[in-house]
Amino acid sequence: MQEYDIVIGLEVHAELSTKSKVFCSCKNEFGAIPNSNCCPVCIGLPGALPVLNKKAVELVIKAGLTIDSEINDLAVFERKNYFYPDLSKAYQISQLVRPICVGGELKLKNKIVRVNRIHLEEDAGKLIHSSGDAGTLIDYNRGGVPLMELVTEPDISSAEEAVEFLTKLRSLLVFAEVAECKMEQGGMRCDVNISVKPKGSNVLGNRTEMKNLNSFKSVYRAIEFESERQIELLEKGEKVVQETRKWDDDAGISYAMRKKETSQDYRYFPDPDLLAVRIKRDEVENIKRTLPLMPDELKKKYVSEFGLTDYDAEIITKEKFLINFFEETIKLHSNPKNVANWLITEILSKIKDEDQPNIKISPENLAKILNFIAEGKITRTVAKEIFAKVWEKDENIDALVKTMGGGISDDELENLILRIISSNPKAVEDFKASPTPEKQLKWFVGQVMKETRGKANAVKAEEKIKNILSK
Amino acid sequence: MEFEKYSLLELVDMLKSKKVSSEELTSYFIAQIEKKKNLNAVIEVFEDALSKAKEADIKIKNNENGKLLGIPVIIKDNILYKGKVCSCSSRFLENYVAQYNSTVVEKLLREGAVIIGRANMDEFAMGGSTENSAFGITHNALDYDRVPGGSSGGSAVAVAGGLCPVSLGTDTGGSVRQPCSYNGIVGIKPTYGRISRYGVVAFASSLEQVGPMTKTVKDNAYMLEILSGKSEFDETSSKEKVEDYLSAIKGKIQGLRIGVCKEIIESVKGMEVEKPFLEVINWLKDQGATLVDVSLPDYNLSLACYYIIAPAEATSNLGRFDGIKYSRRSEDAKNVDEIYIKSRSEGFGKEVKRRIMLGNFVLSSGYFDAYYNKAKKIQIKLKKQTEELFRKCDVVLSPTTGSVAFKLGSKNSDPVSMYKEDRFTIISNILGIPSLTLPFAKGEKDLPLGLQIMANSFKEGTIYNLADFIENNWEVK
Repeated sequence: MQEYDIVIGLEVHAELSTKSKVFCSCKNEFGAIPNSNCCPVCIGLPGALPVLNKKAVELVIKAGLTIDSEINDLAVFERKNYFYPDLSKAYQISQLVRPICVGGELKLKNKIVRVNRIHLEEDAGKLIHSSGDAGTLIDYNRGGVPLMELVTEPDISSAEEAVEFLTKLRSLLVFAEVAECKMEQGGMRCDVNISVKPKGSNVLGNRTEMKNLNSFKSVYRAIEFESERQIELLEKGEKVVQETRKWDDDAGISYAMRKKETSQDYRYFPDPDLLAVRIKRDEVENIKRTLPLMPDELKKKYVSEFGLTDYDAEIITKEKFLINFFEETIKLHSNPKNVANWLITEILSKIKDEDQPNIKISPENLAKILNFIAEGKITRTVAKEIFAKVWEKDENIDALVKTMGGGISDDELENLILRIISSNPKAVEDFKASPTPEKQLKWFVGQVMKETRGKANAVKAEEKIKNILSK
Repeated sequence: MEFEKYSLLELVDMLKSKKVSSEELTSYFIAQIEKKKNLNAVIEVFEDALSKAKEADIKIKNNENGKLLGIPVIIKDNILYKGKVCSCSSRFLENYVAQYNSTVVEKLLREGAVIIGRANMDEFAMGGSTENSAFGITHNALDYDRVPGGSSGGSAVAVAGGLCPVSLGTDTGGSVRQPCSYNGIVGIKPTYGRISRYGVVAFASSLEQVGPMTKTVKDNAYMLEILSGKSEFDETSSKEKVEDYLSAIKGKIQGLRIGVCKEIIESVKGMEVEKPFLEVINWLKDQGATLVDVSLPDYNLSLACYYIIAPAEATSNLGRFDGIKYSRRSEDAKNVDEIYIKSRSEGFGKEVKRRIMLGNFVLSSGYFDAYYNKAKKIQIKLKKQTEELFRKCDVVLSPTTGSVAFKLGSKNSDPVSMYKEDRFTIISNILGIPSLTLPFAKGEKDLPLGLQIMANSFKEGTIYNLADFIENNWEVK
């Protein structure tokens, strides 16, 4: 069988984390009572005019800076004209000729995906098809919510890569506080353009577009399905029809929505109600300065400065909440490697299956536990017990350390050792006579640990035993 | 008393000195509207007009301030006044009630004006004769058989016919100035951005401005100051300081450089307005102004330019009238597509449909560069030529129209000849510069002809000074 290349380009929409909408002062908020966050501007009443929310522009610039886009010094809003009930003005304010960001790239594990552009536009309202007599209802709360659209070049060649791209993009946007990207709320949506061609061929095949995929899983499945469908068509000697297709996640299939050749002419032209946006170099520099280190840079820093393994650094820098927790904790505990270990082995294993990651211990408390270990006040075993208790129910660590006996004082330890020595004269003799006294020493340590049920600090105990026996 | 004989400023004084009450004035003008109903200038007299007048009288009694306190005003039917119908003289919005106040209405109310009604207009401000209203044609205030001009025909007739001392119109290509010229009154299209467009139903957003329509130049200057200023709801409104236009009127024009534009002089040739136009120019020279020969090489392209840009913007601006959220919805629409198609087919009049189609055509892919983009390029070129021009002179003179008001129905079958009615006014909208008309001559049947004074952006003060000088010293013949 002929082998094929799959060629994929993505258009990713993300709702920006602004307080108000992009062209009016209505709240940008998910889940409010339908049509409660609306005003003459966002429901398109006669005579209403848009006024740009500069914060939205700033966030798109931020998004661009995280992927090395060029920031246009002049950005223009245009009207995209079409009729649909969720579009209150019968045009969407968007950008065509002069978007805010041009170019850029995102590094995946094995390739670089080029970005064509990022522009700013407004979201549309939402149609609610009721099953009863009410027919179709419209909620305009989402209308006018700022949306960035990122368009990639067709550099992606598999479903895995597409998902890798989206995962990475999401983490960047969340990390830079550009967007929350809550997929389940439609905060991030993806259109997939896909075509196939005989392996190595320079000629692109006809492409289809799948719109509004709202989970990484659907993106993955839709690409798998669609590429196979196209390959099958070509194998049968048929042609791929250039068209928009709808992905039905429940059925696991896509079907044709409308043919491209009859597609709408959006009659774009510059919106006369909005001034062109001049973006000054120093503004961009200022925004750049407010950007935190991005995951890739952080990863490098963690490996080179803190001595974390590549693997650990990779895991931590994948998610913003992990980075934040890590950064907070290392401010209070001096050994980042310890923090990374605990974060990955103890904490991640506990939150693995949760949708909403919630670390039920504060960075302060974890640092405290790690500090107690380092000071020899508790053993790892005790530390883990304390950790578990704090996770279950936010308890006071100092109190726990006391009651769980972790806080064995030096005096207590010495008394215990003296007691063990005096009640085991045979062992003392063996130690003194032995050519390999280390072995006997370990036996004593074992006794101490047994007596304290693992709570004593073994290293300290060994040292003390050695001192006493050598006297 | 025959209150229509007084200027706005006189009435303001009479109210202030309590020689007349707002209630008297308002009921007088409401009676006038009733008496001259056959002009069909006013679509609706607001039922609360008299009670608002009484409120104003209480404020006057309490010596409260307000530049228009107690003055009856009529607004064009495309300016939103909260709680009142705003129909744009269209079947589509016949019952549409404004949900908020436009900035200009806010400003009128803040100064104590009593808004007594809304004036007829060409549907959605598209037209030059007020024959395109869904609510009947309006007649010229001075000759019943002639058009009042348009699109602000109702507003012009309201002032000229003595139905109110001042009205508001909107001017996208001449819609304030041409009807003012046809009815013998004063009107201005201010600099683009001088007055906020918020709450004015948009036709061609990049070209239009609200403008006051008055009996005298001073009245007009007084009104413009009230209406002007930056609004946080309109990005395109200007931060430029608002002048005290009345004090810009000095009564002297010594040293004023008047541009005599070659292309305008050529266009005027053979027209009814030619003779008085040339006369007034020469007279101004005798009065101490300096005449400067200037040129706008692409002047004659402005009309073509306008009839591309304006329909393009209109087609998009009128998209929101879709029968979904408000406005008329066709009764036999069975699905979404039918709601759009039937509602819009039934709701819009012929001229509006013509412009929507024109606009869609010039924006459609394949034609966009040839039409829209080219028109925008010409606009930029014209603006450059204008910068050059205003280095040499302070104002440019032009007739407002080539002849007196034409007969009703005479241009209905020929849209292009109707469009050409705007040939002298459109240039100011394309350039965004201020432009005022005042009556200066009489033509056929003693009907008025308007003189148009244009100046560089935000030089309204210069315009008012010259206009006032002409009004007071030039003998209209």
